Amino acid sequence: MRCPRLLLLLGLVLAACTPPGAHNTGIYLLVDTSGSYNRQVRKAEQITLYALSRLQSADSIAVARIDTGSFTEKDIIAKATFDDRPSTANQQKRAFASHVEKFIDQSTPAPYTDITGGLLQAIEFLNEKHPARKEILILSDMKEDLAKGYVRDLPLDFRGFDVVALNVTKLRADNFDPRLYLTRLDEWRARVEKGGGRWRVINDLDHLDGLL
Amino acid sequence: MSMTSLFAITPWPAVSAAILLILLVAALYFARDTAHQAIQASASTLARGLRLAAHSVTHAQERLAARNRQVLLAAGREAKERIVEREFVRVGDTVRKDLAGYPDMHRRLSESIQRIAEDQEKAIEVPPDVPGWAEAVKVVAELDARNAGADILADIHKSMVKAHAEAINDYRKASAERHALLRRMMPDWRLIQDTLGRVNRSITSVLDRSQAIDRHMEEYEAIVRGEDRALAVLSSSSIVYFFVSALVLAVATAGTAVNFTLIARPMAEMVGGTNFIGAFRTADIAALVIIMVEISMGLFLMESLRITRLFPVIGALSDKMRTRMVITTFLILLLMACIEAGLAYMREVLLLDEMATNALLRGEEAGSIVNTHLWITTAAQMGMGFVLPFALVFVAIPLETFVHSLRTVVGLTGIALLQVLALLLRLLGNASRHLGALAQRAYDLPLFVPLWIESRKRAAAHDAARPRGKSDASALREART
Repeated sequence: MRCPRLLLLLGLVLAACTPPGAHNTGIYLLVDTSGSYNRQVRKAEQITLYALSRLQSADSIAVARIDTGSFTEKDIIAKATFDDRPSTANQQKRAFASHVEKFIDQSTPAPYTDITGGLLQAIEFLNEKHPARKEILILSDMKEDLAKGYVRDLPLDFRGFDVVALNVTKLRADNFDPRLYLTRLDEWRARVEKGGGRWRVINDLDHLDGLL
Repeated sequence: MSMTSLFAITPWPAVSAAILLILLVAALYFARDTAHQAIQASASTLARGLRLAAHSVTHAQERLAARNRQVLLAAGREAKERIVEREFVRVGDTVRKDLAGYPDMHRRLSESIQRIAEDQEKAIEVPPDVPGWAEAVKVVAELDARNAGADILADIHKSMVKAHAEAINDYRKASAERHALLRRMMPDWRLIQDTLGRVNRSITSVLDRSQAIDRHMEEYEAIVRGEDRALAVLSSSSIVYFFVSALVLAVATAGTAVNFTLIARPMAEMVGGTNFIGAFRTADIAALVIIMVEISMGLFLMESLRITRLFPVIGALSDKMRTRMVITTFLILLLMACIEAGLAYMREVLLLDEMATNALLRGEEAGSIVNTHLWITTAAQMGMGFVLPFALVFVAIPLETFVHSLRTVVGLTGIALLQVLALLLRLLGNASRHLGALAQRAYDLPLFVPLWIESRKRAAAHDAARPRGKSDASALREART
């Protein structure tokens, strides 16, 4: 009679001591600052504020720009992992929002668009944080334009990642031939899904409810 | 062997089927007795097994009923002992109170009576003196001298009038003194009346209590004798207590939920909002632990005050130790209540902070809408945070009732379930016996042709045997005659 009780107690203790699974979220927002998209940068603030309002303690967020060579920490504009305590997390959110706002006010157009480099940086950043849910948000027209000498033809490991393209605007050429736009999106979809990730496109920024 | 090959034993499937059917019927017919015995044996075995199980369940139900009866009687006996004990304590208090004041009351009554007696003695009416002039007047009136007697009589008359006036005055004075004495008796009368009224009330109270004790003692004796009526009363009371205490506990649970909501959010500031133990947030568990500690302290407080009797160890402690426990648990509760009030205030602060941050993230001006009456909700939250721990103390009373009545209710439910189970088993036993008979009839159904032939043959054999029997009977009749 005593033995089963001891076993039950032991089981309960073990269950209580089992390391809990991660519940946090990691978000990496890539903002395209190339010449063709720089006018849309202001929308990055809207997305950042939305993301901040949905994030909780222990969640991580980073905002980085896409420019000529984006596979670098220098392109990260702001990053934060929110504190355990809700009050401190709120202070961090306010500081983060202020930082992003300052960047947007001072943003200058970049000559090239290195989306792949930005994605590599995002994967690296989020993998370091070990969040339970990893989301890469790309505010861009998804038109990659690499400078000479940049090699970006490499497979990306998107396993466990949600990649969301936001506000993918149509270029002048897309208007002449919509197939260009569709092909561009299909190529990115194929690339993400081939890497094991999930791909989504949200063009209506007034309805971001399903984003996080 | 497939059905197709079976039908191919002759070139004509219909003929094959007919042959097969005949063979099957013949086989079933020849195996009929054995099959009937097998069906009968199976049905009987199953019926016997089910009946045995029903008996076993009925036995278990009887044992449970006996145990439940013992539990009920023990609980009722204990409750009655507590009530009678309390009544005796009250009677003792009343008697002690009145007897303690009895010497004083007796002295006051004696003094009052003595004073009244003295006053009454003084207030006795003294008849006025008989005038002494009457004899003198008579003597003078019998004198022969004319004028001398008249003068004397006139003088006597004057003196008598004067004496009468004086006597009247004296009488009035004496009456006034008597009335004054009687007036002085009034407070003593009232004192006596009040004292006797108090005595009457005390005696009436003691009599009432003694009647209540008599009633409780009768019920107690009925419980000790284990009468069915007492058992029925205890049983129904127990069910009522169970539902009432369950209702109160449900209300207390709702109160606990409100309490939890008040302190769960600020607890995240203390233990972190992202730590988990199993599937639950550490902050939630910490808040729950605080509430549970408060409830435990409430239980100990009630136990130390001897309002509940869930822990005999506490009840058996010395009065000094119990008093210490009361003080300690009350202080811990007070501390908890203060902490909860602080956490409730912190919750409001955090909410405001979060609202401001969200407003900023929505692009609104932080604090653009300032609620001037916000202090009311803050104060209400703090008040609730302070009061709820003390309110939860009283959970101990319905909890004790619930625990005690639960045993009886579970026992009664178990008895009812076992009764239903026994009935079902008995029904199934009977059904299996009848199903055996039905299976035998169903077995005979395809064999109606050979059975019909058999019955015809038997009838023919019976008919053939009857004339001989009839002739034997007539021969016997003839022999008798």
